[in-house]
Amino acid sequence: MSYNKYKGWLYLLPAILFLAVFMIYPLVDVVVYSFEEGYNFASQSFMGVGTYNFSYVLHDPYFLQALKNTFIIVIITVPLSTGIALLISLGLNSIKPLKELFQTVYFLPYVTNTLAVGLVFMILFKKTAYSDGLINLVINLFGHESIDFIDGPYPAKMFVMCFYTIWVVMPFKILILTSALASVKKDYYNAAKVDGTRPFRIFYKITLPMISPMIFYLVITGFIGAFKAYSDEVAIFGTNLNAAGMNTIVGYVYDMLYGDSGGYPSYASAASLILFAIVFTITVINLTISKKNVQY
Amino acid sequence: MNVTLSHLTKKFPNRNKKIKDDVIAVNDFSMEIPDGQLIALLGPSGCGKSTILNMISGLEKPTEGKIFFGEDDVTGLTPEKRGVGLVFQNYALYPHLTVRQNILFPLENLKGKDKLSKEVMEEKAIEAAKLVQIEEYMQRKPGELSGGQQQRVAIARALVKMPGILLLDEPLSNLDARLRLQTREELRRIQRETGITTIFVTHDQEEAMSISDMIVVMKDGLFMQKGKPQEVYDVPVNLFVAKFLGTPAINVFKASVKDKKLIINDEAVLDVNTHDRDVYAAIRPEGFVVDEDGPMTCTLERVEVMGRDTSILSKNPAFDGTVIRSIVSSEDAPDSDKDTVHFSLKPGKVHLFDIESEERIDF
Amino acid sequence: MSESSVINNEIIKAARQKRIKNTVTYVLLAIWALIVLFPFYWMILTSVKSYSSYNSEYIPKFFTLSPTLGNYFDAFTTVSLSRYFLNTLLFTVVTTALMLFVTIFAAFAFSRLEFKGKNVTFALFLSLMMIPNELVIITNYVTITNLDMRNTFSGLILPSVTSVFYIYLLKENFEQIPDSLYKAAKVDGTSDIKYLFKVMLPICKPTVITITILKVIECWNSYVWPRLVTDDSNYFLVSNGIQEIRENGFGRENIPAMMAAVVVISLPLIIVFLIFHKKIMEGVSRGGTKG
Repeated sequence: MSYNKYKGWLYLLPAILFLAVFMIYPLVDVVVYSFEEGYNFASQSFMGVGTYNFSYVLHDPYFLQALKNTFIIVIITVPLSTGIALLISLGLNSIKPLKELFQTVYFLPYVTNTLAVGLVFMILFKKTAYSDGLINLVINLFGHESIDFIDGPYPAKMFVMCFYTIWVVMPFKILILTSALASVKKDYYNAAKVDGTRPFRIFYKITLPMISPMIFYLVITGFIGAFKAYSDEVAIFGTNLNAAGMNTIVGYVYDMLYGDSGGYPSYASAASLILFAIVFTITVINLTISKKNVQY
Repeated sequence: MNVTLSHLTKKFPNRNKKIKDDVIAVNDFSMEIPDGQLIALLGPSGCGKSTILNMISGLEKPTEGKIFFGEDDVTGLTPEKRGVGLVFQNYALYPHLTVRQNILFPLENLKGKDKLSKEVMEEKAIEAAKLVQIEEYMQRKPGELSGGQQQRVAIARALVKMPGILLLDEPLSNLDARLRLQTREELRRIQRETGITTIFVTHDQEEAMSISDMIVVMKDGLFMQKGKPQEVYDVPVNLFVAKFLGTPAINVFKASVKDKKLIINDEAVLDVNTHDRDVYAAIRPEGFVVDEDGPMTCTLERVEVMGRDTSILSKNPAFDGTVIRSIVSSEDAPDSDKDTVHFSLKPGKVHLFDIESEERIDF
Repeated sequence: MSESSVINNEIIKAARQKRIKNTVTYVLLAIWALIVLFPFYWMILTSVKSYSSYNSEYIPKFFTLSPTLGNYFDAFTTVSLSRYFLNTLLFTVVTTALMLFVTIFAAFAFSRLEFKGKNVTFALFLSLMMIPNELVIITNYVTITNLDMRNTFSGLILPSVTSVFYIYLLKENFEQIPDSLYKAAKVDGTSDIKYLFKVMLPICKPTVITITILKVIECWNSYVWPRLVTDDSNYFLVSNGIQEIRENGFGRENIPAMMAAVVVISLPLIIVFLIFHKKIMEGVSRGGTKG
């Protein structure tokens, strides 16, 4: 097409520069860091090469706590949010009046600053000297004692965390699923109705298979996203997640890099590579399962 | 402007990377196109006709050979320096621009001393729009126009610069049958009015025959024949050209010449003045005359009445195909209950070709 | 007679079932809408309650009869909210503009130009799409620190510019433009640059808008990177500002002022969303499903 062979590279130059400096080089570097033992940030020197950083991280109770928290968040929020989103989308798809209004409302959290709204969740759940918070009030109505969701027992904190995470991820999932449902051709439904197929069977045999690629897509991206949970945690529990016992793997990486316990890029690198390995494995498993199950 | 193509060859690297040999799209193609004529490049798809068009426009560079516009060698020039107008099969109108903006687009690209003032550009655009009769749609977007109207816009856009040469790539193939007829007359009219040398590419022989001053038949990148449509139809230089032109298609028989007689299926059907040999005998559908005493006997299959004409479908063992299609006027139609039909042949509608080279044999 | 009444009963029964189903659907949808909207309501409500009345409510009230804008005044005076705001605006605009520049040219090169090594380079780009930010952020932090670019806008912006996914998205869109349009433009003497800006970009406007929106949302809400490279509150973005306010701001318990700040920070994107909600939702669903 174009006869000039350098022109293409010229157009690509900005992208290549940015990617080389801020992606490719760091990618190599993170692996290097992770094997440099006793790296000192100030002097930029290290003592040896080996796998000590990995073993340190894997034995660090903070990391293990973060690992546990992350897994719990993933296991609870991914299926739950996908399931609820599917229900809501089915509901949305079956109505006509107010449909657009509902859709717009449901999407609102997507464009809001999660750190900011997290604060609202915190005050809704938080028990202070002045007030037990709105949620506890509701709990009291049902004759149960107030619970401190923010500084209290672990399950309570985890509940708030998962609740907020689901609140944050729902808009995207509802949006994707409603458009997937809307794109299923009416002919299939009409054909099924003429055949006298029962509604549940229609859902199970027609709708679900037709949108299964999108569901799997949401599950895969949901897993990836949930494993990288961090800022939602900060939003609810503040920056000192270790103290709250609510740290995540990504949070651990950043804490190792920076902040009160920071200055250890080697540990951070090792932890981030462990995270990458986990996410990669889960994604591969997900893809294998979806290849077997996606119907078309 | 007259256009000369001199020994053009275009090779493309093979798509299948395992095959080293290049694909030869156009092979040593030479031709001269006189000024002010409407020329059709005709051939089956993949014969290299679009490649030739692209080389004339400058979108592709010939591997070998030269292109002259008038006296000037333009082989090395980029498209915009050649001053050609090009109309694409799918029109290639800019979907986000109105008709007016589409037509103005080529003018806005002019630079330096060619640069036009806004008023002159508007004037030229309106002039071009009037020529193709779309001036009432100037503010519409291409998506709001019918196929035929889009076609006109594309032609207006190609003409607005007053190019020396107008190139059209399958200009009618995206239109429905009725529009195609109408548009091809329109094309003829526009070409007459402007007098611009026009080259158009088509695989539709009827289209090519009906409007062009001259047709050029191509096959596999090779030049086959050039001439006025009727000439090429009447005197095809080889079997391919004979088969490619005419609807219904020409009927080809395996035949032989013996003692100045053309023998088809052991029947001497026509006197011919050439020496003995095996030949292909190709007979136009209108070359058959229903004749009780005619020398050629065929098994009658079916008679299709088409109004003024009647189409007779028949069979013959020597026929190179399934059914012989002949067209006779309705009053001469045979009784469809009969099993056989006898024909005599019109000499001018029978062509002989060498069985090896498939070249024409005059007789 | 009896037969027709049986059919009639069937019809009435079916209609009733449908009505019940509809009602249940609407109730459930309304409940979720309430869950989504309630935090926003609470945040606005709290932000207009005065400090004293908020703290005197052991049982929080669902409305207030004496709304005050005093908290908003506090939000802008006590902490540097307007500074965070402007910082974020600057960060968002510059990052998005640079992203568009880089993305448009790269997508053009991949879709329109022919050069040696194009396919290999594109494959490399694609593989970079799978690399999570968390992996590279460590070195980037070290790089920026070593370059002495902590607490600078360059340090904030530069590593946030490129998104391979957007290049991919735009390239795919560019490739849907028929080849003949490019040829037509060539015959008309259009340069590559002019073709890009006068033909390709206008045709692909929806995709360009999509990636712009996605990037703006991403920038406005970005937290992790800004937190790493800024500790001078002069360079805080709104997300960091919120954390700062929460931990050191108005005194820990001035929740109404905090909520006023939250409202101010959330408002710009919400307003943009309410105006362009169709485009944004379309864009996100296109952008989301193509990957």
